[in-house]
Amino acid sequence: MEDRILQTARSYRRFDRSPVAEIEALIRTIRQDKTNSFITIDEEGALRDAAAAEKMLAHSDDPLVGVPIAVKDNICTRGLATTCASKILAGFVPTYDATAVKRLKERGAVIIGKTNLDEFAMGSTTATSSIGPTLNPWDLSKTPGGSSGGSGAAVAAGLCAGALGSDTGGSIRMPASFCGITGLKPTYGAVSRFGLVAFASSLDQIGPMAVSARDTAVLFDALKGHDPLDSTSAQREYPQMGLEALDLKGVRIGIPEEFFSEGLDPDVERSVFFGISTLENLGAEIQQIKLPHVRYGVAVYYIIATAEASSNLARYDGVRYGARDTDAKDLLDMYLETRSKGFNDEVKRRIMLGTYVLSAGYYDAYYKKASQVRSLIARDFEEAFAQCDLIAGPTTPVTAFGIHDMVDDPLRIYLLDIYTIPANLAGLPAISFPCGFGAEGLPVGMQLIAPHFREDLLLGAGIAFQEWTKFHRVKP
Amino acid sequence: MKITQDEVLHAARLARLKLGLAEVEKFQNELDSILEYMDMLSKVETGDIEPMSRSFHVTNVFREDEAVRSQDRAEALLNAPCHKDGVVVVPKVIE
Repeated sequence: MEDRILQTARSYRRFDRSPVAEIEALIRTIRQDKTNSFITIDEEGALRDAAAAEKMLAHSDDPLVGVPIAVKDNICTRGLATTCASKILAGFVPTYDATAVKRLKERGAVIIGKTNLDEFAMGSTTATSSIGPTLNPWDLSKTPGGSSGGSGAAVAAGLCAGALGSDTGGSIRMPASFCGITGLKPTYGAVSRFGLVAFASSLDQIGPMAVSARDTAVLFDALKGHDPLDSTSAQREYPQMGLEALDLKGVRIGIPEEFFSEGLDPDVERSVFFGISTLENLGAEIQQIKLPHVRYGVAVYYIIATAEASSNLARYDGVRYGARDTDAKDLLDMYLETRSKGFNDEVKRRIMLGTYVLSAGYYDAYYKKASQVRSLIARDFEEAFAQCDLIAGPTTPVTAFGIHDMVDDPLRIYLLDIYTIPANLAGLPAISFPCGFGAEGLPVGMQLIAPHFREDLLLGAGIAFQEWTKFHRVKP
Repeated sequence: MKITQDEVLHAARLARLKLGLAEVEKFQNELDSILEYMDMLSKVETGDIEPMSRSFHVTNVFREDEAVRSQDRAEALLNAPCHKDGVVVVPKVIE
């Protein structure tokens, strides 16, 4: 199967299958599935919306009508529990839809359920979820990556036609790479963050995940655009996303030497070079570039992201929503007990790190310094994009690893984000799509990064690549 | 060690987290290796480079000063773990 969303849309219009039948079949499949991709399945809501979609089909040619979409469980859905895979949000049912969800529903898409993630999207394995790890459909002993691992695994396992993820330091692209699918982190400000539970507000973006670049473009087209409810969403007009391949003739693609450094698995390197030569065969001009400051990206990220997280997660205090420890004797005790019992160790570690780097005496050495180096990283990209149109490299240094590996070594897990973090720091759009398989038959993803608001280049190049390759068609 | 046990406890106190003794030691070790890694930043020449807090330039975003409907009180209280007479209830603060 090449495109799942577009194929589903065609099958509805040929009357091969109705949306209600599609959703019923899918819910049966999800219930038997072993990947633990979903936290909540919304059978009742999905069937109701599918029935409504059947009426819409008669007078709409929108490819999203009746199409089942899964939503990462840190994105608010009206009337449907949103847990962030955390005990501290037990019982929380949003009273509104995130703008991204609202826009999908307006286009007729059916939200089938909420997908698993690392608690509060903090992690790269989906193993820190309070409901337990999601398993990679390619090999159930491996991680699907994270933090949008539930969305990645659900798309790869065929449990939905497409999904929403969120990406703060690589959380869409990494699971896309590990699960052999396509994932887009849009430009900061291209998709409204209203209703996305905040982790690091200057880095977070919602984005689409799907089996193909074309399906990803269909979803991005619905998501993009200014939202008055998110003051950081960009006030600009977007053209409708085309579903055509980009003509790569003369497109200049920069290869940063820093993305092929120590720690890169030889299988990943081989597949990514194959991917780059495919782009070259399609007419792209390949050139070496330098991004001298990206090597500091992980250090910068884990200062800025944790600093912002320590502030954002202060709101979980047991007062207005979520769980509350009821044995507490006074207010301070209630905060302490609620938060200490509600958060897992990874979240606590990041809150404490963020609190520490912002605390008196350390602010200049850590937070200010990191924000300055962030400027230098952004400047590296500006200079690179004066010479080239796109930047290509690996998405992650390795393929999917065992679900129990690396759990005791937070720094090693942080370093897996080394190639994805720079785009978040600079606010740039980036895509990951499959470009080969490693020794164990696990998918390898390649990453393209574009200048601000040039998602059209990323998606067009992805479509062109997938017209000439079959990696995205291989199923687990 | 780049971070002392007292500093771990201080950060935990500021963040409203309660740590057991074993946890203090565990977090100290983990935070220490992370902070040591972050030391690489001290070698970067940053001079008077402007710190970056936003990935593109937006200044104040204003809207018209018009009242619009947002959540009503009953709806906002739906998720509160304890409420009474239209307000959230918390343990007694003032003796």
